[in-house]
Amino acid sequence: MIRPRTYRILLSIVAAVFSLSAHAAWNNPYPSADRDRNILYAAFRERPKHLDPARSYSSNEYEFIAQVYEPPFQYHYLKRPYALAPLTAVAVPKPVYLDRQGRRLPQDAPAQTISYSVYEIRIRPGVYYQPHPAFARDDKGDLRYQALTERELGGVYAISDFSKAGTRELVAADYVYQIKRLAHPKLHSPILSVMQDYIVGLKDYVATLKRAHAEVAQGREEGVYLDLTRYPLAGVEAVDRYTYRVKINGKYPQILYWMAMPFFAPMPPEADHFFSQPGMAQKNLTLDWYPVGTGPYMLTVNNPNRRMVLERNPNFRDERYPAEGEPEDAAEGLFADAGKRLPFIDKVMFSLEKENIPYWSKFLQGYYDRSGVLTESFDQAIRFSGSGDTEVSEAMQGKGIHLLTSVASSTYYLGFNMLDPVVGGLSERARKLRQAVSIAIDYEEQISIFRNGRGIAAQGPLPPGIFGYEEGCAGMNPYVYDCVDGTPRRKPIEAARRLLAESGYPDGQDAKTGKPLLLYFDTAATGPEEKAKLDWMTKQLRKLDVQLVVRATDYNTFQKKMRQGEAQLFEWGWNADYPDPENFLFLLYGPNKKVGADGENAANYDDPGFNRLFERVKNMDNGPERLALIRKMLDITRRDAPWAWGTHPKLFLLEHAWVYNTKPNTMANNTLKYLRLEPRLRAQQREAWNRPVVWPMLAVLGLVALAVVPAVIAWRRRERGAAR
Amino acid sequence: MPFQPVFLWTDVLIYVLLAAAAGFGVYAARHEHLRAPWRQIARRPLAMVALVALAAYVAAGLLDSVHFRERLANGGDQYSAEVLSLLDKLAAPLRSRVEKTYSAPFAAHAYTKETVEYPDGRRVRAYPRLVHGGAHLKDPDERGADIGKRAALATAAGGLVWLALVAAFVALRRVPGEAYAAAARRLARGADPIPWRAILVTAGVLIVLAANAGYLSLYYHILGTDQVGLDVFYKSLKSVRTGLVIGTLTTLVMLPFAVLFGVMAGYFRGWVDDVIQYVYTTLSSIPSVLLIAAAILSLQVYMANHPEVFDNVAARADVRLLFLCVILGVTSWTSLCRLLRGETLKLREADYVQAAQALGASHLAVMARHVLPNIMHIVLITVVLDFSGLVLAEAVLSYVGVGVDPTTESWGNMINGARLEMAREPMVWWSLTAAFGFMFVLVLAANLFSDAVRDAFDPRLRR
Amino acid sequence: MIAYIVRRILYAIPILLGVNLITFALFFFVNSPDDMARIHLGVKRVTPEAIAKWKEDRGFTRPLLYNAAAQGTAKLKDTIFYQHSLRLFVFEFGRAEDNRDIGREIAERMWPSLAIALPTFLVGVLVYITFALLLAFFRGTYLDTWGVVLCVAMMSVSVLFYVIGGQYLMSKLWHLVPISGYDDTGLLAFKFLTLPVVVGVVGSIGANARLYRSFFLEEIGKDYVRTARAKGLSEPRVLFQHVLKNAMIPILTGVVVVIPSLFIGSLIFESFFGIPGLGSYTIDAIHSQDFFVVRAMVFLGSVLYIVGLILTDISYTLVDPRVRLE
Repeated sequence: MIRPRTYRILLSIVAAVFSLSAHAAWNNPYPSADRDRNILYAAFRERPKHLDPARSYSSNEYEFIAQVYEPPFQYHYLKRPYALAPLTAVAVPKPVYLDRQGRRLPQDAPAQTISYSVYEIRIRPGVYYQPHPAFARDDKGDLRYQALTERELGGVYAISDFSKAGTRELVAADYVYQIKRLAHPKLHSPILSVMQDYIVGLKDYVATLKRAHAEVAQGREEGVYLDLTRYPLAGVEAVDRYTYRVKINGKYPQILYWMAMPFFAPMPPEADHFFSQPGMAQKNLTLDWYPVGTGPYMLTVNNPNRRMVLERNPNFRDERYPAEGEPEDAAEGLFADAGKRLPFIDKVMFSLEKENIPYWSKFLQGYYDRSGVLTESFDQAIRFSGSGDTEVSEAMQGKGIHLLTSVASSTYYLGFNMLDPVVGGLSERARKLRQAVSIAIDYEEQISIFRNGRGIAAQGPLPPGIFGYEEGCAGMNPYVYDCVDGTPRRKPIEAARRLLAESGYPDGQDAKTGKPLLLYFDTAATGPEEKAKLDWMTKQLRKLDVQLVVRATDYNTFQKKMRQGEAQLFEWGWNADYPDPENFLFLLYGPNKKVGADGENAANYDDPGFNRLFERVKNMDNGPERLALIRKMLDITRRDAPWAWGTHPKLFLLEHAWVYNTKPNTMANNTLKYLRLEPRLRAQQREAWNRPVVWPMLAVLGLVALAVVPAVIAWRRRERGAAR
Repeated sequence: MPFQPVFLWTDVLIYVLLAAAAGFGVYAARHEHLRAPWRQIARRPLAMVALVALAAYVAAGLLDSVHFRERLANGGDQYSAEVLSLLDKLAAPLRSRVEKTYSAPFAAHAYTKETVEYPDGRRVRAYPRLVHGGAHLKDPDERGADIGKRAALATAAGGLVWLALVAAFVALRRVPGEAYAAAARRLARGADPIPWRAILVTAGVLIVLAANAGYLSLYYHILGTDQVGLDVFYKSLKSVRTGLVIGTLTTLVMLPFAVLFGVMAGYFRGWVDDVIQYVYTTLSSIPSVLLIAAAILSLQVYMANHPEVFDNVAARADVRLLFLCVILGVTSWTSLCRLLRGETLKLREADYVQAAQALGASHLAVMARHVLPNIMHIVLITVVLDFSGLVLAEAVLSYVGVGVDPTTESWGNMINGARLEMAREPMVWWSLTAAFGFMFVLVLAANLFSDAVRDAFDPRLRR
Repeated sequence: MIAYIVRRILYAIPILLGVNLITFALFFFVNSPDDMARIHLGVKRVTPEAIAKWKEDRGFTRPLLYNAAAQGTAKLKDTIFYQHSLRLFVFEFGRAEDNRDIGREIAERMWPSLAIALPTFLVGVLVYITFALLLAFFRGTYLDTWGVVLCVAMMSVSVLFYVIGGQYLMSKLWHLVPISGYDDTGLLAFKFLTLPVVVGVVGSIGANARLYRSFFLEEIGKDYVRTARAKGLSEPRVLFQHVLKNAMIPILTGVVVVIPSLFIGSLIFESFFGIPGLGSYTIDAIHSQDFFVVRAMVFLGSVLYIVGLILTDISYTLVDPRVRLE
């Protein structure tokens, strides 16, 4: 395969040298023709692995597909606490509760009596898919690209190589099709194991599809299309063109939150069939790479080695900017565009940016419009005027950069493995040891050193914004904090030393044998960037005269240790799937243990009292009764201290003066459609900030020239001397 | 005993290396053909200056290679789990004086603003005073004067020590009957074949620098502090050992294989040669970073499965360091092996080897008595030349994530941590600068010295 | 000569087999397929069934080297080693974890790697020769002395400092070029490539210029140069016509071996400067433990290295007629 690319590069370099002087900002990484265009520039850190909504389960992938795929519901952009709002649905439905015999139960029926909940979802008519070859029809009205031959595929390397495209109206059956795909044997949907307990008939459906797939495939690996419309799924059906029903086992109000995730977005069977044709997968033409949706944007360039480009979907329906939100939103100017048609931005260009420093520098130079959701290490890289302060440094203020913060719905914690003979178990001795360690690890300090104050120390598993979280002393962990003047303050280190002595280790030595107490910290953090954190952790325990041994291994081994319950202390975190306390409390539910059950309870905490309460709280609707039970549960775990509660990180988002309508929303992912830009201001600022400084290079050249002159003279003299 | 000695793997190997070097020194001193090139090296001022600088690094590294555990304070026969080195003990003030977070070199205030709470409940955002750095000052504005005063004091003390050293040296070198003044003048003129003047001046500079650093670091963080408030000067000192270990032990562990296989391949030829060539061609055609990455990953798995073998932090970090040396050695022994094979092939045809064989000497005897001594100069040159490259490689490997243990202090780890600091506003530059300075001086000295060694030993250049 | 080359190529086969066996051993004894499955299926909610499925899809349920359950040749063929490793010899790399075809990916990523490595190589050789010639020309003057000292000093700086310093000065402080990124069209390509090429060349000036200087000095000391001078040729003519020509032999034969490896690119440069080439592909694969990609890259690296060795041998015969390949 010979490509003219190298010649092109050489030619263009020559051309470039001559035209270089004509450009104001030499370090502009984008074509100068795009100077005034309405393009948002963003970055992505690692190539997304899956863009198929049935498989994708990570925030960096949602950044793309949430703009393309539209599940029936979304989180309201401006309202807090987070509330569901219809997206393609007409409204968020109320469930119909049925008993075992299929009789309708009242809304306030106790959870035990409810056998099924039925959700009937009506979607809006007149919603159309993005233009896509899968919908293209020929003159006769037949689908054009659904029976591709090898010859037709010959010159095709990307979706854009298909000359024709078409569209189709969104129908309820597309949603049903996608729910069926969750059970597809080749897709390994990560939520299948959760969903098959709730969606009626899904478990059997998995077996059905497995058999059906084996029949259709006949041992072939690729080019197998399994027509899911031929296999009915008991609990999910399309009622009419615009209505479908989902039947759930028992009561499970959280299902609505799940249905706001891309897992429940519509999938047109044409697209699935289109990509399943033989020969497509070899060319990397798969649904996992090319999303097909009804959303405001469509993915037009998908080159994960360089850039991903979202462009406005010309068929996007009439959706308007919301007019209601929190009272303070008005002051922030968030209602300026209320009622205007979405989206505002024509094109979003994501460039691959793996390293922090280039990312940060380009942001400061104006080449990225926002700093993006900051990752851990990036977080360290920037410093604001001070810790705990929500303002940017003067230099940044001068550039008009502003800062938006929100506490993420996530919890990072230090877990104690409850199966460990030293720190684990529910005995009084171990409990006191854990409490002592919890006091000693000063998370307030950690937040101020490593996160520049961007976070709050956790009082329990629930982060702010989740039902059951309480501010101030009411929601304080009384085993680690004291209430001083109405604010929680960490207990002094003496209290921890006392607890340590009571647990049998006065001054960090075993009272019986006199051996020093060694604790092990297991981590997968082997990079040098993590070293400071490990140092800090060791420093914390030294306050108790306890030596912390860091057992750093690679990620795999760490995971394995966790599964086998061989870790002792470890750091772990959880991001909310949905804003409900159940999604956090289940991390401490006994039957959900990591060891044995392979669940998400990484500390392997198993307290019968807590477990009983959890089973009650799980399906309850929010209200005073639920709150009372949650308080009880929190007290049990705070006393047992299976986690040193750690932190709830604050997300900080920096953006330039030319970006409007940003409001951090940690639940919603489809927020790009609300943003607005002022490209002209951006173009001016970029040029003003990036005037090239040439004199140092000239000075270096001058110096070199100067150094040569005396040498030439010296050499001449020597030559003449030799000649003589 | 108030302490219990601990021998880490790398410690033992360092002692072995030291013993080998001493043995070689004694051996070389008795053989004229070996003494001559060394004499030639000793006459090059630049090489000797480099050697003095290297000696300073080696001293720091050796101090850091004597490990022990202290007995716990409250009696009993229990020893602390923490393994310390002599250097840790000497630099105890540096090690224990930890700030909260970043502070600039010689600073008395923290580098970041914090909310300071006054007794009356007022909260003000200000740069708090450091806990240790400049804590003796009542008024931080006097800092400049204080530093100047203390630096002058330290310089004077260092100068005195140096003068004493010079005086002792003059007394020793004096030809019987020569006046002291004349001997001193002879030294000052630089008339000796060995550049004593340059050596002593370098030593003087080092002594004065050390005096200043030692004295001032009792009152200030002379190179600042890092993110968790550790003294950067202390970290840089600790990194010296890592650099030296990687630079020297790597070649040490690979030497036996390279020499054995190289000589065997060249001497026996035939299928032995084929097999050995096959092995080293195969190994050398694998990109070395990949080989190192895979090997380090496998070590981590092993350590995770056998936690009882590595009962403390120091031992774990040490094993990883040693393993890194071994695997670096595996990736680099092939070139030496190839060189030795070629040289042995030539030597094999030499008259005296043929004669020995004809006289019925065993293969082993011929290889040991006639081949080995004649290829030692290649080994020496390789060892010295590889040193600086290996020190530099450590930093790069840390960047890729397969370097030394993250708890080991090393310049590579420092540089990688510092890369993020460069992006801070305002920039935190001192960690990077410190790592750069310490590393640059060591590598430069090593390069200069190895040049001299190569010139002296390489017969191709000896004309 | 052709017979020689054929023989060399045949000789490469057992070497590549050995390379394959080593990588295979390292990756399969270090990480069980279970571990790999976990990494690739993600952290949240991974079930044992999903892992079993993952392994089955990739054929990792087979035994590693020897299948006792199978019959006849299948005992060796129905193993992970046979199924996954030996196909490399026909350059069938298989699919990466993200299901992309590795062969295609390599073909795509080769160009960015080459786009930075080739200019660095060419400009580099030119600059080193110039610099070394300058030193040789001014030999004996202070320029030579300090030039060599400068070379040694430049050699003593870690490449990381060159990259960090280059990015800081050229992009952050002086706004001359973008700090990182890649594009292959027009002005943008030039903008993006300038910094890595400059840093790459400057970073290795020290070692190379010094080496080339010694080549030149060796030639200058030879008899024919003295004869040329005695003929009354001017010093520049001696240097350019005779010394340069003859010193090119060691220089060229020394660089030929790296030419094939230019395709693979540099791990450090590509990840620092965000170049989507094969170097960053490899680093990513190491970090994400993508066995298939790492193995493919190891294989490719070994092949190119061996090609480099063969090319070196051939180049010897071309520049020095006395050498005959047997």
